[in-house]
Amino acid sequence: MATKLIYFAWVRERIGKPEEDVELPAGIETVADLLRWLRSRGEEYEHALQYPDVIRVAINQEHVEHREKIAGAREIALFPPMTGG
Amino acid sequence: MAAAVLPTVRIQRQDFDVAAEIAGLTQGRADIGAVVTFSGLCRDEQGALSALELEHYPGMAEAEIGRIAAEAIARWPLQGLTVIHRHGKVLPGENIVLVVSASSHRQAAFEAANFLMDYLKSRAPFWKKEHHADGSEGGWVEAKEADDEAAGRWKAKPGT
Repeated sequence: MATKLIYFAWVRERIGKPEEDVELPAGIETVADLLRWLRSRGEEYEHALQYPDVIRVAINQEHVEHREKIAGAREIALFPPMTGG
Repeated sequence: MAAAVLPTVRIQRQDFDVAAEIAGLTQGRADIGAVVTFSGLCRDEQGALSALELEHYPGMAEAEIGRIAAEAIARWPLQGLTVIHRHGKVLPGENIVLVVSASSHRQAAFEAANFLMDYLKSRAPFWKKEHHADGSEGGWVEAKEADDEAAGRWKAKPGT
């Protein structure tokens, strides 16, 4: 099953696209696993995600921690700390 | 106990009218004793900025602000709550965000508006990019640790 990844702000700019559908390989269970796998996909991902601790993540439009399991996620968004308000 | 208050949450490109939003909460009611409004505006940073560009996560922005608003309604005895957040290009002097909270007595309205803003800053999915007045490339505004700390202080129960 394809998972939709969405990127915002400088994460989007560094990866070079606003979203994509990916087939997650076996063994990618948590958000932290996903970030690690994405970094291996090319230098643009490495550039965007080189400090994974600062990356905020939402699954199906709700904030989650990096230890969260991603099974059943339709939509996973990666973005920098928010600066609204 | 009055019926549960339903918050109004709007994410929009266009500006808003603060007076009209207050009237929308209070018109035809005689039970509201206090209305607090907070407006956040775009600064020009001593002439250095020509605009802010606000990117947002459509869908989640509404959902997350709705969750924060529901939390405020659960914590304080509010009689009305409106939250509006703009996206897109905002010029110095223009509005960015509005919180209007209404209650019988002032303390609940003050505290709820303060809580809303602290949580919006650190949890609502918006990102500001600066446009420089001199035409040079502007960067993304960095999140402030102080904003996270401001949100954290509400983890204690109100009044403790």
